Amino acid sequence: MAFRVSSLALVFFGLIAGCAPAVAQDRSIVVASTTSTQDSGLFGYLLPIFKAKTNIEVKVIAQGTGQALDTARRGDADVVFVHAKSQEEKFLAEGFGVKRFDVMYNDFVLIGPKGDPAGLKGSDIETALKTIQRLAVPFVSRGDKSGTHSAELALWKQAGVDIATAKGPWYREIGQGMGAALNTADAMNGYVLSDRGTWISFKNRGDLEIVVEGDKRLFNQYGVMLVNPEKYPSVKKELGQAFVDWLVSAEGQAAIAGYKIDGQQLFFPDAEKKGS
Amino acid sequence: MRAPSSDLPLVLDEVSLQAGATAILDRLSLTITPGAPTLIVGPNGAGKTTLLRLCMGLTAPSTGRITWGGHAAGAPARRAILFQRPVMLRRSVAANVTYALAQAGTPRNQRARRAAALLERVGLSDLAQRPARRLSGGEQQRLALARALARDPEILLLDEPTANLDPAATRSVEEIVLMAAQSGIKIVMASHDLGQVRRLAGDVVFLVRGTLCEQARAADFLDHPTTPEAAAFLRGDLVI
Amino acid sequence: MSDQLSAWQLIVSGDAALFAIVRLSLAVSLSAVALAALVGMPLGALLALTRFPGRSALVVLLNALMGLPPVVVGLAVYLLLSRSGPLGAMGILFTPMAMVIAQTILIVPIIAALTRQTVEDLWAEYRDELTAMDVSPTGRMTTLLWDARHSLLTALLAGFGRAAAEVGAVMIVGGNIDGFTRTMTTAVALETSKGNLPLALGLGLILVAIVLTVNAAAWGTRVWSERQAG
Repeated sequence: MAFRVSSLALVFFGLIAGCAPAVAQDRSIVVASTTSTQDSGLFGYLLPIFKAKTNIEVKVIAQGTGQALDTARRGDADVVFVHAKSQEEKFLAEGFGVKRFDVMYNDFVLIGPKGDPAGLKGSDIETALKTIQRLAVPFVSRGDKSGTHSAELALWKQAGVDIATAKGPWYREIGQGMGAALNTADAMNGYVLSDRGTWISFKNRGDLEIVVEGDKRLFNQYGVMLVNPEKYPSVKKELGQAFVDWLVSAEGQAAIAGYKIDGQQLFFPDAEKKGS
Repeated sequence: MRAPSSDLPLVLDEVSLQAGATAILDRLSLTITPGAPTLIVGPNGAGKTTLLRLCMGLTAPSTGRITWGGHAAGAPARRAILFQRPVMLRRSVAANVTYALAQAGTPRNQRARRAAALLERVGLSDLAQRPARRLSGGEQQRLALARALARDPEILLLDEPTANLDPAATRSVEEIVLMAAQSGIKIVMASHDLGQVRRLAGDVVFLVRGTLCEQARAADFLDHPTTPEAAAFLRGDLVI
Repeated sequence: MSDQLSAWQLIVSGDAALFAIVRLSLAVSLSAVALAALVGMPLGALLALTRFPGRSALVVLLNALMGLPPVVVGLAVYLLLSRSGPLGAMGILFTPMAMVIAQTILIVPIIAALTRQTVEDLWAEYRDELTAMDVSPTGRMTTLLWDARHSLLTALLAGFGRAAAEVGAVMIVGGNIDGFTRTMTTAVALETSKGNLPLALGLGLILVAIVLTVNAAAWGTRVWSERQAG
């Protein structure tokens, strides 16, 4: 009986030890980023390159932009890498970030059913949104304070639609990520605003296709910030800064440009020499 | 660990046990002294089981006093009890006995040897490694006896231990009980089998409806009962 | 993990990422069960054998906590372990250890409540004998827990099933970090949200197969043990 108990204890502690953070992972940082960036596969491509060069392990927590910034506000991330400039600048103003750098951009596209029941093909984004609201065709919104959601709300505003009052049962806020939003749009034959990166790597297209693209207003800028170590001394500032520096360096920018799916480049590097 | 004092004589003084409105035992006074086995007899519901539980200290009386060797209830170090249906621990026969030895305070290095001796005494040596729950009724009762004897008791209380056993099993149990009595253990046993009373008893305590109706030496009780209830009981009539 | 291959191809090709995910899922859930048993079984036994004012209310509460929503537990543990929370200095948020803690909290009520019921039922049967053998209170607990081991194994399996199946708690406190805190359930959630439904389904079936294997192993252990000691 004693033997059984002690061998069980050994197995048990072995399991716990297996779960304990290894000493070796001290050379790691936590980056709060967005689900759309993750789902595009960019990190799967970039991070091994970064690790090979610096031996720093990057752990990506993928959430909506709003949630990623909140995670950083709680001190649970070392770096934020998101795409909603107004929210990022608010974050900076609150003193949670050190400095904001442009990294890359991609664009948004309006996705809709193949038949295009609202007849939006060929219009610009503002006209398209106004038409959607007027005809009350199903529209799926991320509804999750993400970068995409922020952009969507800004576009409604530019189109002159006060979406908060104008929304009806046709406007479906799902509070989930881009993939889920696309799945939902396909299921209800509706329209949805998506970033091009997620769309290109999205497998379950069903009857969806791009309806509006190329409009200047659909431009989507990504920014990176080191979380302020003065707010949270636990922030790994050297390792985090190394990641930020690499992203805006010539090498990092070239790596970003090198990421392609089906021969298509997804992200366009646009870091300046100086920070903004 | 041996208790410094003895549990005998076991004295019940005007003991009653109430269960709601009914009196299961009613002002019963009885003294158990060392010697030949005492058999408790009476119709069903007379209070035999309750009397044994009180003697063991498993239940406390509603009124009256019980003393063991002059002391009020303490740890039942030198007492043991056998129930009509014994509960076997979910382990081997030998492990059941070593468990009882451990609870009685036997040092670890003596347990195996003493368990073997006890199993020998009750005739279960061949079944030492069998799961206890797979024994027959008679074998389980013998194992229960081994557990009880492991406590090196001064008093051994038994509640109709052979009520559910066939004659062969009954005989093995009675043999062990007689040998225990001969080695100096005071036996207090409830029985409804008058033949068993004749075989085992030194003296008889006859209960009816929770009261002590008659108490006498076995031969006197069986052949010359003094109370009408005892006479009716011995005749085989229902004593209500 | 490659998106182009189906779940079956991943198993057959021995995909390292898939096996790492399986290993992590098992390590986290089994550790949680072990820890929860260490806490929950004595707690359940204690509750079964003692009487005190408010005991009935505690029993009802424990039974109700079996239905704790995993995502709520995850959120509570997240707020505890966050850098801006009381235990932030431990730095274990977004690590497997945090996932173990969250799942342990989730399944302690299951194991404790089922242990309490099992031990209480067994105590009714064993009470006279154990009292007659003058068994101490701790002795009663250990004896009843050991004798009830077959039923308690089922309680452990219930706890394991809950832990292995949940996604809400491990998603929030683990962060679903690729190669570090990604489990079977969070991987299924991720692939679903990416639209890789066949892959997600395949991973789900692998998870079911693993849980089935664990249960079969437990069953075999029980059969062997019953042969030994009834």
